[in-house]
Amino acid sequence: MVELSAAITVDGLTKQFADVIAVDGLRFSVAAGEIFCLVGPDGAGKTTTMRMLAGVMAPDAGSATVAGYDVVRDPEGVKNHISYMPQRFGLYEELTVGENIRFYADLFGIARREREARAAQLLAAAGMARFHDRLAGQLSGGMKQKLGLSCALIHTPRVLLLDEPTTGVDPVSRRDFWRILYRLATEGVTVLASTAYLDEAERCHRLALLHQGRLLLCDAPARLKASMPGAVVAVTAPTPAAVRDEIQGMPGVSSILVVGDGVHLVVDDAERLLPAIRGRLRAAAIPFSEVVRVAPTIEDLFVASVGGQGGGAP
Amino acid sequence: MSDPAAAVVVQGLVKRFGTFTAVDHVSFDARRGEVLGFLGPNGAGKSTIIRILCGLLHPTSGDVFVGGLDVTRQPEAVRAQIGYMSQRFSLYNDLTAVENLRFFGGLYGVTAAEFGPRLRWAIEMSGLAGRETALVATLAGGWKQRLALGCAVLHQPSILFLDEPTSGVDPISRRQFWDLIHRMAATGVTVFVSTHYMDEAEYCNRLALVDRGRLVALGTPTELKRTAMTGGLLLVECEPLGEALVALEQAPGVLEVAIFGDAFHVTVLAVEAALRELPRYLGARGLRCGRITPIPLSLEDVFVQKVERDAAAGATPS
Repeated sequence: MVELSAAITVDGLTKQFADVIAVDGLRFSVAAGEIFCLVGPDGAGKTTTMRMLAGVMAPDAGSATVAGYDVVRDPEGVKNHISYMPQRFGLYEELTVGENIRFYADLFGIARREREARAAQLLAAAGMARFHDRLAGQLSGGMKQKLGLSCALIHTPRVLLLDEPTTGVDPVSRRDFWRILYRLATEGVTVLASTAYLDEAERCHRLALLHQGRLLLCDAPARLKASMPGAVVAVTAPTPAAVRDEIQGMPGVSSILVVGDGVHLVVDDAERLLPAIRGRLRAAAIPFSEVVRVAPTIEDLFVASVGGQGGGAP
Repeated sequence: MSDPAAAVVVQGLVKRFGTFTAVDHVSFDARRGEVLGFLGPNGAGKSTIIRILCGLLHPTSGDVFVGGLDVTRQPEAVRAQIGYMSQRFSLYNDLTAVENLRFFGGLYGVTAAEFGPRLRWAIEMSGLAGRETALVATLAGGWKQRLALGCAVLHQPSILFLDEPTSGVDPISRRQFWDLIHRMAATGVTVFVSTHYMDEAEYCNRLALVDRGRLVALGTPTELKRTAMTGGLLLVECEPLGEALVALEQAPGVLEVAIFGDAFHVTVLAVEAALRELPRYLGARGLRCGRITPIPLSLEDVFVQKVERDAAAGATPS
């Protein structure tokens, strides 16, 4: 048995495909009732990790336990006590919402008398009660994901593995989806979700930032941001390219990035450089409305920790 | 036509499919060299507008000019001016980078005489020098994406449409890509970006928020954050989380509550009043409060409020 508070433990998990190491010595743990995000771009190893934790793919090295079951020695035990929602969850488009839930209830052997009450409760929690008789194929992207989640929850799992559940889902539906995850977490369900969207990762309790199969950083979003060296500065200006050209090469300034109505950059010393940048732009007669320090994003952290290496390399 | 610098002019655009109004009296201009983002929920009408701009669908009524051409009368000529790149770009994996460029050049009608210089330009622009003969299957995501952009602009379009162009791409490649887009826009190309992701939206000069077929907001990211929202945003730390969520949703002056880790982002009507009232309100319900502090609005907050308000307006019986 593992320590009681950990719902998921991952120790040195590794998986290789041909000459690509998809997951490379991953190590982290997730507490019961925690919402934990695996964050990283396509090819970072998120889906491979999910599959190994779901007991549907054997690791080459390392070990992991999920809900107390060892994924290598007892993959069937894992499968019975968790729920795994892959990127393409198998909804039956020609069945109604209610029929899809009933199908999954039968699959998981839920007794008939429990089934209807549980289905009604899940649909109500997802805000989908009035869509009970609609064909799944006629739901919006966000609704389909919520139905998938309801199906995945029919057997009241203790651990929920969600692989990119909000990809292609609009921000309003995404907020609804996260609200449901938080309700589950307060009921003690452990949620491990993956996302390629670094801004979405700000919503979780803790995250593991992955890049090319390896763990870059692992902590609560707020603590990670506080640990970033230097400061992120936003310049709001009508001609961002002119601002970039002027401050490029200033000592202590790095990662200059043109955005829609200004420039983002990283400085090593905000105290000194905020006034210096303002002075420089004024002297060059480049218009700007403000130069202010802003909170770093997870993307800023990713770029700071990967640095120049590896990003665009084949 | 109104503005001579306008690359795209849309006036009173309406598109109906049977009894369904997909686009409902939409008007806007886009300047030469502008990066204009389209945001909106699924089914809001974004792709219908883009198909009309590409000359692929006829408007029911209204005027649409692209590069001075009327899309209804000259759809072929409009299409020759347009480049399109989707998130799931259709590169051929078992062809090399140059073979892909040649294929798309042929598709877009680039002549043999033009091809040589265009190819060199596209290779240089996309930073693919040294990888011309690499099979696409062997290229990493960031390279593939820049190659797809090269294929989409080989015929030197004056208007470029990008559909979630950097979704799933690592942040460093993504930053290189957007730098490329801004440099291209600086040469006069007008770029339309359609996306669900607010971190892509931040790269646009202006944003058009589309909901239920209508344009509900239009402005720079900063303008939208400052003027399109009612109220302000607070970070609220309060426990236990579940009960705090319910209490906050019912608190006077609270418009929207979202959970971020161990804290809430709470949209309130009046920041000062909420800073005074919320600690007392939450304390009276036996909840333990930590920090309550104003934080800057994000584009996502703007988006969610606009769309929910629009939905509420639509739900009232007419």
